[in-house]
Amino acid sequence: MGRTTKDTKGVSRRTLLKGAGAAAGVAAGSGAITGFPAVWSQEPKVLRYLGTAVNQADDITKKVKADTGITIEYISATTDDVTKRVITQPNSFDVLDTEYFSLKKLVPSGNILGMDARKIKEFDNITPVFTKGQLPNGKVIGDQGTAPKKVMFVEGANSTKFASGVTQWVTLIPTVYNADTLGIRPDLIKRPIESWKELLNPEFKGKASILNIPSIGIMDAAMVVEAAGLYKYPDKGNMTRAEIDLTMKVLTEAKKSGQFRAFWKDFNESVNLMASGETVIQSMWSPAVTAVRTKGIACTFQPLKEGYRSWASGFCLSKSVTGRKAELAYEFVNWFLSGWAGAYLNRQGYYSAVLSTAKANMEPYEWAYWMEGKAAEKDIKAPDGSLLEKAGSSRDGGSYDDRMGNVACWNAVMDENDYMVRKWNEFIAA
Amino acid sequence: MPATKTAYAPPAWLQALPFAGVFALFFVVPLLFVVMVSFWDYNDYSIIPSFTTRSYVETFEGCYDQLPELCTILKTYLSTVKFCLIVWAITLVIGFTIAYFLAFHVQSVTMQMTLALVCTIPFWTSNVIRMISWVPLLGRNGLVNSALMNAGLINQPIEWLLFSQFSVVLAFVHLFTFFMVIPIFNSMARIDKRLLEAAYDAGASGWQTLWNVVIPLAKPGIVIGSIFVVTIVMGDFITVGVMGGQQIASAGKIIETRLNALQFPPAAANAVILLAITLLIITALNRFVDIRKEL
Repeated sequence: MGRTTKDTKGVSRRTLLKGAGAAAGVAAGSGAITGFPAVWSQEPKVLRYLGTAVNQADDITKKVKADTGITIEYISATTDDVTKRVITQPNSFDVLDTEYFSLKKLVPSGNILGMDARKIKEFDNITPVFTKGQLPNGKVIGDQGTAPKKVMFVEGANSTKFASGVTQWVTLIPTVYNADTLGIRPDLIKRPIESWKELLNPEFKGKASILNIPSIGIMDAAMVVEAAGLYKYPDKGNMTRAEIDLTMKVLTEAKKSGQFRAFWKDFNESVNLMASGETVIQSMWSPAVTAVRTKGIACTFQPLKEGYRSWASGFCLSKSVTGRKAELAYEFVNWFLSGWAGAYLNRQGYYSAVLSTAKANMEPYEWAYWMEGKAAEKDIKAPDGSLLEKAGSSRDGGSYDDRMGNVACWNAVMDENDYMVRKWNEFIAA
Repeated sequence: MPATKTAYAPPAWLQALPFAGVFALFFVVPLLFVVMVSFWDYNDYSIIPSFTTRSYVETFEGCYDQLPELCTILKTYLSTVKFCLIVWAITLVIGFTIAYFLAFHVQSVTMQMTLALVCTIPFWTSNVIRMISWVPLLGRNGLVNSALMNAGLINQPIEWLLFSQFSVVLAFVHLFTFFMVIPIFNSMARIDKRLLEAAYDAGASGWQTLWNVVIPLAKPGIVIGSIFVVTIVMGDFITVGVMGGQQIASAGKIIETRLNALQFPPAAANAVILLAITLLIITALNRFVDIRKEL
């Protein structure tokens, strides 16, 4: 990568000295910069990063700082609060870490900026799960709900409408995604669980749980309805009013008969419910299952025959980001996709958007365990160094292809979202 | 009378102006905005400033058709008011007893103050932590259940200890009894002890003294404490959420869900309804005691 000191030839020695260090840093991550680094060097390199806690970790900020000199200021909020903040205070952040389904609210609001795909070095290496809705091996996966490919592109940088095909302007550069299913306590259930319909099986009365996030909870319920053979949705992620009524009726009946122990809203709640034995089967996120397991309690992220409900998140920019801030943001995104962060996320059970760079940053045995579904050759450690799995065990749900290949639907915001939220309140009141 | 000779003082309305200004800026104006927004239209990502009663109509949707079944909003308010009454009754009895003990049984003022301060110790940590600390105690495999099981009193863990109406009421009482204790104690501390002696001398029994002397004189404290408890419980969604396992509806919860879905006008409409109902309850309380007169 070319150093940019040659651009500063004309300026005074003092500016040159000030500029050189920062310029080298700026240039290191982004090939896009050819301009005037000396002018920028006075200000510290800071990005305000708004998002949920999923991608936020001290390890990442330290590594970014070491590699690029960029200081990341985390603004951490729940998924709902992130969206609220983007709509109401678009100038309070630079980089936004959010989920694809939120885009249906964010993009029409005009508060986020399309990113230029040409400035993203690894853009062409991003897994086709996002761009085409298929696996790297060509297998087409489920696209019910807000599948990333439906909301990934806009017509121009400031466009508020989604493009029908691939364009140069990207709403959200993907960073991490996963295929969710139910978490179970195999030590308390003591029999194989194969279908989503077990969530509402009276056998687990008073010991089941789902999320109290309406747009996700109803999707899990829809998986149950289909699994039980009650109804087949044309699109689980975009129900009609009648379909919403039907789904909520099933949930409400289960609730009235005492099926649920509690609902959960954040990561820690789900871990506590499961670890304390209050619930034995519930909607769960992969790292939450890992967290239960690191407490020494058996917990399985159970693959189910109907497939997974998937989600994906990534980075986009506030509309207030211009000039140097924009270049910093691109540098940061490029750094994120360059492998270290991807490997870090892969080791927590998530999937990284650019597989090739993550692979280069992982040990072959780690890659084999996390991505290929093979039995671990050595002990598998969590990013903090604690033991996750002993040698010989293999990952729930198998390989990347097995898991992502079995996606049935994606987290979604429905057209009838307003009606759904009202019905959800009814369900809680029932 | 020296009053006529005092130096010039600004007229009363001028003296009240600073506080009135603060009150208007931070309470009246925001409240007017809430009322205004509750009549606006909205879509997925913005609120549209055009007059509509949609938020109110949808809030009460089906309330007439479903009769005699209750619709969501009525059910929710019924449950909220129910919690409110239960918690109010329990905190009143406990709070009154503690205040009575502090005011009449503890003789030295130093000791009274010390004990009142002891009551504040739970407030040194956050509400949420105090709530969550109930979970390992009341859970299915919690301390209470394991103690009962080990003692051979039960064979199956008691499920209703946690994530139930019981646990919600328990947490409320735990959190808010203090708000009853202090105002009641404050009122009782001002009661002239000679009145009690006079009652005793006149041959009144303990209960008669309590009913005819102490309670009437402690009324302002009771009403103030009641207002604290009623307003907090009516607006709460965190305690109900955490201790009820997110399965119990409350008026605050509806507002929260709406806000999270970026539906500000219906959230505002529900806030207006909640405010109206809370004001009704407070007005009813004021019927019993004219606070301004008593203070």
